[in-house]
Amino acid sequence: MRDQRLWTWHIGAGAVILVLLGLHMTVMHLDAIVRIFNPAPGEPVDWANVVARSKSVFFLVTYVLLLGTALFHGFYGLRNILFELNPGAPAKKAMNGLFLVAGLVLFAIGTWAAWAGFTVARSA
Amino acid sequence: MADHTVTSEVVFRIRRFDPTTDADPHWEDYRVPWPPGMTVLEGLKQIKESLSPTLAWRSSCRMGVCGSCGMFINGRPRLACNTQVSELESSLITVAPLPNFNIIRDLVPDLIPMFKAHAETQPYIIRDDTNEQQQPTGEYWQSAHQLEQYLQFSYCIKCGCCMAACPTYATDPVYAGPMPLAQAHRYNSDSRDGGFAARQQVLSGERGPWRCHFAGECSRVCPKGVDPARAIQLMKRQLVFDYLKLGKQKCPASIAKVPDGLKRREGIPETPPRTI
Repeated sequence: MRDQRLWTWHIGAGAVILVLLGLHMTVMHLDAIVRIFNPAPGEPVDWANVVARSKSVFFLVTYVLLLGTALFHGFYGLRNILFELNPGAPAKKAMNGLFLVAGLVLFAIGTWAAWAGFTVARSA
Repeated sequence: MADHTVTSEVVFRIRRFDPTTDADPHWEDYRVPWPPGMTVLEGLKQIKESLSPTLAWRSSCRMGVCGSCGMFINGRPRLACNTQVSELESSLITVAPLPNFNIIRDLVPDLIPMFKAHAETQPYIIRDDTNEQQQPTGEYWQSAHQLEQYLQFSYCIKCGCCMAACPTYATDPVYAGPMPLAQAHRYNSDSRDGGFAARQQVLSGERGPWRCHFAGECSRVCPKGVDPARAIQLMKRQLVFDYLKLGKQKCPASIAKVPDGLKRREGIPETPPRTI
């Protein structure tokens, strides 16, 4: 049951990443066509545009969602690759724990950074 | 393809291994006559009869039905009985036991891990109506469309060629392999079956379809034209839908009612009595 559950989430995360990366590509590389995400003149990475996006709850949510799905998708994929090297049961357990802790720590740091950016932009 | 209307010769390079005398497998060459229409299996029989009586392999039906004579012939898993020497387009034929299995002797692979995995997936119709299965009162109804859902997978003869070609099975002993998984899907997709939950105990875990990289080699080498790679992908979809509660709850097919007023046509004999 565990692999069935993890695989389903893996596929679901992949689908979410596909949408959010599409959004990212649109925001960062199609700015000449789609201006609504970059209201200020200049490049998408210019300070004014970064602040404008960081003020948005929509972008806060998408950043955190992309972070979570990418971490899960990536770590689950890495876990599968390592599991195919036929480690023993203790090594598998250790890897599961390591990836879980690493994923949660990175997610916490990323979420804190996104929230910090949001609050700084709001107060700017 | 060369025209072999006259008898010529062909060299069989065979990997030999006798665990009682050999530390490692080694290759031996045998030059045998090549009459038109000769199969690789017939070549092996010639070698055993006239050149090396100790050569060992498995075979039975000689017509691609029993699945006993799966071998690694000129770099590809094939049935020896179904492989014409002429189709190999070479005067040198290399024959080795199926890869990904331990060797018992010469060309005899140890297929027990494959059949163990096969048995784990409960490859048979599972239903609650045990009495009906023991003492049938009719036939389970199934449409032509429902039959098509599993028909091609039922052509599998368990020869092990797909297992020998699978790159995942080559490196991962936990993975059940294409044959057991395709056969599990064959029964999961049978409208008469109600055993999905029972098979799920195995399929939803590490031995399930999740390690399949979809290389597709299993389908490429299958001598019966079965597509195990497709079965595995369909199984993944079925299991994902089941987890998301999106799958249709399959009710095992009911017994087809015999219409009233039917009369047996004259001249057709009665069904013989059951023997078991």
